[in-house]
Amino acid sequence: MTEVPTTGPVPIGVPAVEVRGVDKTFSSKNGTVTALEGIDLAVAPGEFVSLIGPSGCGKSTLLRLIADLEAPSTGSVTVFGKTARQARIDQEYGIAFQQAGLLPWRTVRANIELPLELHGASRAERTARATELLELVGLSDFGGSYPDQLSGGMQQRVAIARALAERPRLLLMDEPFGALDEMTRERMQTELVRICGETGAAVVFVTHSIPEAVFLSNRVVVMSPRPGRIREVLAVDLGRAADRRDDLREDEHFFANVSAVRELLHGDQGARPAVRGVENR
Amino acid sequence: MPSLDGLVSAAGLVGSRLRTRTPSAFRWRRATLGALGLLLLAVVWELYKALGPEDGVVVGGLTVLPRTTDLAMPHVWDVLARLGQPVNSTQDTLVWQAVLGAAVFSLGVAGVGWLVGVVVGLALALLMQRFRTAESAVLPWVILSQTVPLIAIAPLVRRWGSQIEIGAFQWENWMSVAVIASYLAFFPVAVGALRGLGSPDAIHTDLFRSYAVGWWTTLWRLRLPASVPYLLPALRLAAANAVIGAVVAEVSIGLRGGIGRMIIEYAQSGSGDPAKTWAPILGAVLLGLLAAGVVALLGLLLGRFRRGEVSA
Ligand SMILES: Nc1ncnc2c1ncn2[C@@H]1O[C@H](COP(=O)(O)OP(=O)(O)O)[C@@H](O)[C@H]1O
Ligand SMILES: [Mg+2]
Repeated sequence: MTEVPTTGPVPIGVPAVEVRGVDKTFSSKNGTVTALEGIDLAVAPGEFVSLIGPSGCGKSTLLRLIADLEAPSTGSVTVFGKTARQARIDQEYGIAFQQAGLLPWRTVRANIELPLELHGASRAERTARATELLELVGLSDFGGSYPDQLSGGMQQRVAIARALAERPRLLLMDEPFGALDEMTRERMQTELVRICGETGAAVVFVTHSIPEAVFLSNRVVVMSPRPGRIREVLAVDLGRAADRRDDLREDEHFFANVSAVRELLHGDQGARPAVRGVENR
Repeated sequence: MPSLDGLVSAAGLVGSRLRTRTPSAFRWRRATLGALGLLLLAVVWELYKALGPEDGVVVGGLTVLPRTTDLAMPHVWDVLARLGQPVNSTQDTLVWQAVLGAAVFSLGVAGVGWLVGVVVGLALALLMQRFRTAESAVLPWVILSQTVPLIAIAPLVRRWGSQIEIGAFQWENWMSVAVIASYLAFFPVAVGALRGLGSPDAIHTDLFRSYAVGWWTTLWRLRLPASVPYLLPALRLAAANAVIGAVVAEVSIGLRGGIGRMIIEYAQSGSGDPAKTWAPILGAVLLGLLAAGVVALLGLLLGRFRRGEVSA
């Protein structure tokens, strides 16, 4: 097992994300919780990195630090060489969560246009971009529908289209497929691989699912709980992420990588018992 | 301090969010049921009048059901017929015309009061949403304000108003009535709007933060649209409050021309003309229906903001 990536894109020049010496503690009435401790991580431009670990190990918190939705207690987070705050202001990233979080009073098209509209894009520009994105996520016929008329998988695709609307160089995703059934989920994964290939964006992807992490990623970051730490970083040797197809799921290399992540996850307890909160499918 | 949730349910503002949009067939059925309800009321009235004891039902010296004499309970058709006759022997104006005129007048005053109440209520809610400290400083006063009885504030408002004189501007009695109507109307709006403005999910506020837009944009694009399902019942309640406030305040302030005064005037002349007494009361009912209708229309216009998001 390697801690330093041996394959996949090696960071050249300015990394898309650089997290250095970050701790994050939350203080509440019943004392303080150390959510993250000693986190160091760099994500190269165009690289797909998954964060995996049992629930409560701080995956979402790490993602929110990168998104500047939380501030680190110590350490620094930079995105494309800027502070996280500046990167947020400059709209360097698009974000998607486990729930689609579409605005129910807006049509699918208007939801996708939302960030463009908020940042003053012209109507023509918005319409063109939304049409493009609707096609990209395969929802061209649903532009005029309202979110409540769409299935969960379709809503999630709209949320991804919305995250891509301003062509960000970085995509942050927090268990975006977590609420979907297995079949929809695999289809969405394949689509995401294709979309990332087309857009060339770097992705930080939080997931519970080992096969999902392996299928999508150049590197898988395995985290351990209490306090949240990076246990290991595994480079996935399955070739360029953009070239991955569905049949890869049957490939023995794929299974080898899945086993490798599983062993890392189960770490000190040995490979047998399942870690709570992590799917082994 | 009482919790906001408790207040909201006390103000009757709960559950609207879960209500689905009403298809038009369902709306028609509701209208028909409403008409049937009115008819049923008339039938019950006449049945009681026909079968009930002449002196009413008295339990231990207490009249629990009214007398059934023509003086206390005129026939429904007599009341309706009276609407089509002149107000009195010296006037050509028919009763229904006078009642309608008074209802329109009161509706106008109540409407002004409603508007002022909505603006004040929204402003207070925005203030409380923007500054957390404002919520703890203002909300108790908002609640306390509603415990002061109308009868107590009416003379005060009138007296303060009469001292206002800015250039050519003269405070008039109808303004006092509108102020009192607004005093009753602002409360449900303030509470409902505060709840509604705070209703967006964390995921939505996070999203807007990631877009790096300011408080005003977030308000306009997220918080206000999200608060519509909370605002509509609040506006309906405010309309009912404004109508009641206006009618009662007309009496306490002594404003002529509206339904409130008409109820008193007709009641005084009523001993010989019981059917006439009921005419302005019908007018007051009409007033309430009109006010509710205006808000319902508003709800139709804002229909798309009432869609509930289906969870994934
Ligand atoms: N806003 C917060 N306030 C207090 N504690 C928090 C907050 N957000 C997260 N935590 C705590 O930090 C830890 C990590 O949470 P999270 O990042 O959501 O984990 P994960 O996404 O891996 O399941 C948990 O113990 C959680 O209770
Ligand atoms: Mg999480």
